[in-house]
Formats: sequence, C-alpha cells, structure tokens
Amino acid sequence: MTWALGSTAPDYECPEPERGPEPLQARAPAAGNTIPAMLGYLLIGMFLGVVFVMSEVASWYRIQEMFRLHSLHLYGVIGSALVVSATLFWLIRRFGLRTLGGEPIQVAPKEWGTARLRGARYWIGGTLFGMGWALLGACPGPMFALVGTGMLVLLMGILAAMAGTFVYALVQGRLPH
Amino acid sequence: MRDLLSSPWPWYVAGPLIGLVMPLLLVVGGKVFGISSSLRHMCAALPLSQRAKPAFLRYEWRRVGAWNLVFVTGILLGGMLATVLFGEPNAGAHISEATRAHLGALGVSDFQGLAPAQIFSLGALGTPAGFVLVVIGGFLVGFGTRYAGGCTSGHAISGLAALQLPSLVAVLGFFAGGLVVAFLVYPVLLPLLLGGAP
Repeated sequence: MTWALGSTAPDYECPEPERGPEPLQARAPAAGNTIPAMLGYLLIGMFLGVVFVMSEVASWYRIQEMFRLHSLHLYGVIGSALVVSATLFWLIRRFGLRTLGGEPIQVAPKEWGTARLRGARYWIGGTLFGMGWALLGACPGPMFALVGTGMLVLLMGILAAMAGTFVYALVQGRLPH
Repeated sequence: MRDLLSSPWPWYVAGPLIGLVMPLLLVVGGKVFGISSSLRHMCAALPLSQRAKPAFLRYEWRRVGAWNLVFVTGILLGGMLATVLFGEPNAGAHISEATRAHLGALGVSDFQGLAPAQIFSLGALGTPAGFVLVVIGGFLVGFGTRYAGGCTSGHAISGLAALQLPSLVAVLGFFAGGLVVAFLVYPVLLPLLLGGAP
C-alpha cells in the first residue's frame, strides 16, 4: 500500500487509545472541520438519507429479502455503490487529488491486529453486526434515516446501539483483536 | 415526475448515487465514509466524568467526531425530506412474493411502510418481538460494528473500495451473521415472538 500511511487516520479505524502511541485526537485533520466543510457533510448526509429511503435500503422487509436470497436489489445497490466508490477513489489517488482545503487525501489501512486468530475482530465483530442487521433490519445509516421518516422506535434502536458500543468499550481489552 | 421519483429507486440508480458519497467526503474534507463511528462519538459525548468513561471513549469527540455527527444529522434530515416530498415508501408492497410468503408464514401480518408496525412501533417496544428485534438487534449492531471497526459504509464501501482485505473478512462476517439469523434463528424465533404457526 503506497498511499494512506499519513498522520490523518480516520476515526472509524478505532485505534485503541491505550495502545497507540498517537492519541486519536492528534490525528484528526483540522482543515476538514471548517464551517463550509461541515455544511458539505450535512448536505451529503441529506442526499444519502433520501437515497436510503427511496431505494428502500432502510427497509426491514428488504433486508430480510436480501438475507433470504430472494432478490438481487440490495446486492445490486451495495455492489454498484462499491464499483463507483472504488473507481472514483482510484482516480483520486491516480491524480493525487487534494481536499478542497488543500490537504492530501489519505485512507489509513485496516490493521490485521495481533490476535492468534488472524483478523479475529473482523470476522467475530462482523458476524455479530450481521446478526444485528438482520434483526433490526437496519445498519447504522438507515437507523438515522428511519428516525427522520417518523419511525421514532428507531431512537430506541440507536440507544441500544450506543449501549452496545459502550459495552464494547468496557470489554475491549479482553477481546481478541 | 413525482410518480417516477416516488416509486422505489432501482438498484442501478441508488447504488451509484451511494457510491458518490465516499469520494465526495474525501474531497470535501478528507473524511473517510463511515457511519457506525457516530455511535462511538455519541458515547464519548455522554456527560460522564472522564474517570467513568472507558479509555476507548476518552478523546476529543468534538474535534474528531463533529463532522460525523453533522453527517448523520444530515442522514436523519434526508429521511425526513424523502418522506415529506414523496410520502413514506411502501417497501412491504414491493418485496418479492417469496419473501412475503416466508415472512407471512412466520407470523408477520403487516406489510405496510418500511418495517412491520406490529414489531417496529413505540407501542410494540414492550412486546417480545419489539424488544428482541429493536433492543437486542440494536445492541448487536453497536457492539458488532465497533468490534469489527466499521459497518456497511466503513467496510463494505470505504474499506473494499480501498482494497483492504480485513474489510473483506468483515463483510463476509456481516453476511454470515445475516444468513444465520434469516435461515436458522428467525424460522424458530419469529413464530415464538409473534405467536404465529412455526
């Protein structure tokens, strides 16, 4: 990996603060936190929320349909989204594009970790999330979009997901990573 | 036009539109598309003393996570906007006949809106089905995404688009977990929770 080894690791990487030599906050790019940029994130989020609802990605029925292998709809959505993202990301790297604030664009690599079972966090955590996805019928983005459509019960879903995140934070040190 | 836009958007329209989000966020501010980390930022923002917070939640969430919280607020507003402009989509009426028949046999009787109100409504939250699907399901979403370090956006789109092998493992895990629930758990659990015929 030739790109991406910069000082702006994204927070979703979840570097464990007690392990990493570099605290999480020292890595956040500051230029992306201007008011105009924030307005940009808000608008991109709104655009995504509209698409989540209109394509029914945010539907429990559609999630069941996907996992029962009865329709290609959501596979098509995720697959074509990935193709477009991968292509545009390749172009961004190919032409060395910078952010609107003039900073280099970097995506930190995912670490395999040190667990004896290689990649344990990815397959164990991934499987647990997949089970939650099929139960709740929504992954994290659609949870928020659904609250917007007026399904206030998803506020409880978000609270429960926060509880799951908090419990993870408590037991993190005892889990294989 | 309104009718055209309000019918469910086909995958070949919705997918590419979603695919624009990751590059857009990178170009606007160098942010990596990922949604589940907003849950971490919300936990970090809880008004607890620093000592009461696990180390994983002790960081400057305003600086690291404000953008992400603004972004998910946008997603919420987008859901609202879609409903105001086009009305709530009736996904239950659009799914395949096979899914409908399967869910019906498990006791799902409501096929309106985006999710069955018999399970997903404030009134149903106290029922066994509402509690298990919303609360336990939500808990697993929060725990699993943080353990795996990402969700559908962070791994299936950002991670795979950046050719990250760990993300491929995570995505295979997502589908393994979903298939286990759809094929092994729901056929036993849903009739029990909903009181339908197994």
